[in-house]
Amino acid sequence: MADKKLGAYICKGCGIGDRLDAGQLAMIAKKEGKVGFAKQHDFLCNSDGVKMIQADIDAGEVNHLVVAACSRRAKSDAFNFENVAISRANLREGVIWVRPDTDDAEETTQEMAEDYIRMACAEVKYMNLPAPSEEQGLVRHVLVVGGGVTGLNAALEIAKAGYLATIVEKNGALGGAAAQFHKRIPNRAPFADPQDSGIADLIEQVESNNKITVHLNATVTKTSGAPGRFSADISQESGSTVTDNFGSIIQASGFKPYDATKLPEFSYGKSPDIVDQLGLEALAKQANGGAIKRPSDGKEVKSVVFVQCAGQRSDKEGHLSYCSGHCCLTSTKQAMYFKDANPDVDAMVLYTELRMPGAGGEDFYRSGQNKGVTFTKGIASEVVPNGGSLTVKFKDLILDEEVNYDADLVVLATGMVPNSGVNIEAVPAENEDKKDDAEAKAEVVATVPVESILNLDYRQGADLPQLVNGFTDSHFICFPYETRRTGIYAAGPVRRPMDMTQATEDATGAALKAIQALENAALGRAAHPRSGDLSFPSFRKEGCTQCKRCTVECPFGAINEDEQRYPLFNEARCRRCGTCMGACPVRVISFENYSVETVGQAIKAVEVPEEDEEKPRILVLACENDAYPALDMAGMNRMEYSAFVRIAPVRCLGSVNTIWVTDALNNGFDGIILMGCKKGDDYQCHFVKGSELAHTRMSKIDDTLKQLQLETERVQTYEIAITDIQRVPQIINDMAETIEKIGMSPLKF
Amino acid sequence: MSNLNTATVEKYRNNFLREVEANVEEGHWVKMCMQCGVCSGSCPLGPHWDHPPQKIFMMIRAGKRDEVLGSSSMWMCTSCYNCIARCPRELPITHIMHGLAHYAKRLGLAPKNQPTKKFAQIFWDSLSKKGRVNELKLGLSLYFMNGFAEGVKTSLKMQKVGMGMLKTKRMDPLEIVGGHGCKDKKGLQAILKKAREIEDAKAAKFQQA
Repeated sequence: MADKKLGAYICKGCGIGDRLDAGQLAMIAKKEGKVGFAKQHDFLCNSDGVKMIQADIDAGEVNHLVVAACSRRAKSDAFNFENVAISRANLREGVIWVRPDTDDAEETTQEMAEDYIRMACAEVKYMNLPAPSEEQGLVRHVLVVGGGVTGLNAALEIAKAGYLATIVEKNGALGGAAAQFHKRIPNRAPFADPQDSGIADLIEQVESNNKITVHLNATVTKTSGAPGRFSADISQESGSTVTDNFGSIIQASGFKPYDATKLPEFSYGKSPDIVDQLGLEALAKQANGGAIKRPSDGKEVKSVVFVQCAGQRSDKEGHLSYCSGHCCLTSTKQAMYFKDANPDVDAMVLYTELRMPGAGGEDFYRSGQNKGVTFTKGIASEVVPNGGSLTVKFKDLILDEEVNYDADLVVLATGMVPNSGVNIEAVPAENEDKKDDAEAKAEVVATVPVESILNLDYRQGADLPQLVNGFTDSHFICFPYETRRTGIYAAGPVRRPMDMTQATEDATGAALKAIQALENAALGRAAHPRSGDLSFPSFRKEGCTQCKRCTVECPFGAINEDEQRYPLFNEARCRRCGTCMGACPVRVISFENYSVETVGQAIKAVEVPEEDEEKPRILVLACENDAYPALDMAGMNRMEYSAFVRIAPVRCLGSVNTIWVTDALNNGFDGIILMGCKKGDDYQCHFVKGSELAHTRMSKIDDTLKQLQLETERVQTYEIAITDIQRVPQIINDMAETIEKIGMSPLKF
Repeated sequence: MSNLNTATVEKYRNNFLREVEANVEEGHWVKMCMQCGVCSGSCPLGPHWDHPPQKIFMMIRAGKRDEVLGSSSMWMCTSCYNCIARCPRELPITHIMHGLAHYAKRLGLAPKNQPTKKFAQIFWDSLSKKGRVNELKLGLSLYFMNGFAEGVKTSLKMQKVGMGMLKTKRMDPLEIVGGHGCKDKKGLQAILKKAREIEDAKAAKFQQA
C-alpha cells in the first residue's frame, strides 16, 4: 500500500463552529494527531466542501481522511469517497447536541471535541484499505435441499431470475407434505372454501423448466466451501454420487408431523378411527369429494371431532411447547371436507384458542361457521374407543362442565417438528456428560437426530445451528431466511411452523437472498448485515497459539482449521462482525480497516486529565448497530449527558477485545460502559451471538479489575435496543455518578 | 309438554342448533358466534342472568335444549341494544334473545312465574282486547300479579303517586270500568284472528312433517 497521507477536515456547520473553537481543533489534529493538514470548512457536506475533499484526494494530497463533522451515520452519501480510508469525529450528535450551550460547559465541551479529533486521527492512522481476496468467482447456481412447496417455489423463483437451480429430494417424488393434501387452505378471496393445492401444476412447472435439475431419492452427503464456491455431493439411493458447484444453498427440508403415539391419552394407534391431520388428508383424498368413510369399518362418518393443540402448546414433557400456526386453519378446512360432502355430518372443532393467521384467516373461520362447523372452546382430556364409536372426553370452557361426546372419527391436530438435521450445539453437552454419567450420555444420544441434512464439512458441525425447539436459527422478524451459515438460507417450516401460503412467501424471500449471496460472494463483498463490506479478517500466523477460540466463537462457522491446525478464514462465509478479533487472546486477528489497533489507539489517544483536575473519563464501547444510533438519537433529541464520556463505536460488541478494556483502565479511564444488543433466545444482535459472547467475556473481567485493585463497578455491560434513546444518557450519567461516589481511578499517570 | 314440543324434539333429536335455525327469529345467526364474550360483558343486566348471551349460544350448539328454552335469561333482556352495537360478528343478539323467548313460550317451555313473561302476557291481553293498553288496569294487575296481599301492599306504597296523578289529571279512575278502545275494534280482532290462524296452520304443518 502506498504511503499514508493523513488529512483532517473540520466542519463548522450546524453550529459546530459557534460552539467549538475550530482553530484549536485543527491545531490538535496537526500537532497531536499528526495529520499533514487540517482544513476548516463552513459547510463541509455541501457540494463545495465535498468537491474540496475530492480535489485533495485526486491531487494525491490525502488518502487517509479525518472528517470531523456529524455522526458517521449522518451524511454518509456525501462523505463517500472511493479508495480512501475515512474516520469520522462525531462533533455534532456526540458533542454539541448533548452539551448545554452555557459558559460553564464550554471548557468541557471543547475538551470532548478535542478528544474525538485525537481518536479519529489515531484510528485513521492504523486503518488500511480493504481489498477483496478474490477467493471465488460467480457461480450462478443455487442448491435447493427439499422438493416440497418451499423448495419447488424457491427453485422456480431462482430460475425465473435467470439462475440455475438444483433440487435434491429425499423421496421418490416431488411435492413433499403438500402432495398428500386433498385440498389446501385458500389463499385467494373470498377465502370461503378449500382450494386445489396446485401442487401438480407446480411440479409440472419445475419439471419442464430447463434451468432446474431435479434429483429424486437423493440426499446431500457432503457440503463444503463457502458462498460462491460451495461444492456438494448429491448421492442417489442407488449409490451413485454427483458433485456440483453452487453459489449458495437454500435448505427447505420442511417438517414431519409430531408423533401422535406420544399421546397415549388420545389412543392414537389403538383405533384406526383416530387419525392425525395428514391421516385425514389421506382419507379425504380417498373419498375424493364424496362421503369420508371410517377406516375401521368403512362406515360413512356422521360425526367427527377435531382435537386442536394435541401435544402442542403444552409444557408437558415430550410435548411441543409452541403453536404450529396452521392447525386451526387446517382443521377448519378438513371439517369443510365433511360439511361440503354432507351438511348433516356433525363436525366439531375442539379448541382452547382459535388462531386463524393470514389475510383470509378470519374469513375462512366465518365460512366454516357458516357451513355449520361447530367450534367448541374446550380441552380434550381423553379419547376412548368403545366398540364401534369413540368417546371424546373434554371440558367445555364456556359452560364449565365435563362432557362425553360420541364421534365416529377423531382427528388430532398435532404440530410440526422441523427437519433440521443434527443439533450441532447438543454435541458438546454430550461430551460433558461423558465424564459424569454414562446413562445420561446415552439419553442425550438418543434425543439427537442422527440424520444430517447438509452434511457440512465445517469445523462447527454438519448442519445449520438451531435456536429453540429445533428450528434453525433465523431471526424471524429482522433477518428471516438468514441462518448462521452464510450463503445457506432456511425457508419454510424448517425455520418456523407455517402453512403453504407462508412457505411460498418464504421460498421467494430465500431465493432472492440466495441470489444476493452468490453475487456478493463473486465480488468479494460481505452479505448481510454489513452488505457490501470488502474488509476481511486475517491473522498473523507467527503469533497464533492455535487456541481455537476464534473457530469456536465465530457465530457463522466461517473459520475452519487448516492441516497445521491454524485457523482457515473463509472470506465469503465471514460477516465481518469481528467476533474472532474480540475473542483472540493474543490479538493476532485484524481487519484492514478495523483492528485491535484502530480502536485501541483511538482509546489511548484520549487525553486523561490528572486526578486533581476532577475530570473523570468514561469510555463507551457502543455497538454501531443499535447502541450508537440510540446515542445519536439522544443527541438529536438534545438530551444532555456527561461531558466526561468518550464514545468509540464498534462493529459488534463481540468484537471488543478485553485488551481495550484493560488498556483503557491502565490509561486512567475511570469507568467503562459496553453497550451491545439484546442477547438470548429473543436476541437482537445483528451477529446473533456477538452480544452474548461479549457479555460472557465481560462477566470474567471482574478478576482483572481486582488484580488492578479497582472497583468492579467501573466496568458495566448493557443490552441496548435502538429505541433506548432515553436510557442511554441515563446509563452514562449513572456511571458518572458512580465514579463521583467511588472516586477517581488511581491509575492516572 | 305440548304436542308441538314433542314433535320438535322428535324431529331434531340432538341437533338443537338446527331446530333454532329453523324456528327462532334470526336463529340462523347463532352458529356465527365466535364466543368472544363482548355481549355478556356489555349487557347491563349481565350479572343477573342465569346464562349470558355468549353462554346461551354455546348451550344451543351443545344441544342443551331444555336448559336454553327453560332459561329465564332471554326474558331478562331490556332491549338496550348494547350487544348488537358491540358484537364484532354483527349478530342481532337482542332479536335472537326475543326470538328464543318467543319460541320457548310457544312450546310452553318458558319458566313459570317469570315476571317479565307474566307482564308480557298481561300487556298483550290488555292490548288485544280493545286495541289500546288500559294503563290503570295494566298497572293494577301488575301490582296483583303475585297475589292479593302483595297487591295491596304495593298499592298502598304507590298511593301517593296515584293521588298525584289523579290531581294532575294523568289518570282517569273511570278507566277501571271498561275504558276506551281503538276505533275499529272489530277490524283489529279480525286481524289478530287471521294471524292466529296462519300461525296455527304453520304449527299443524310442522307437526305433520
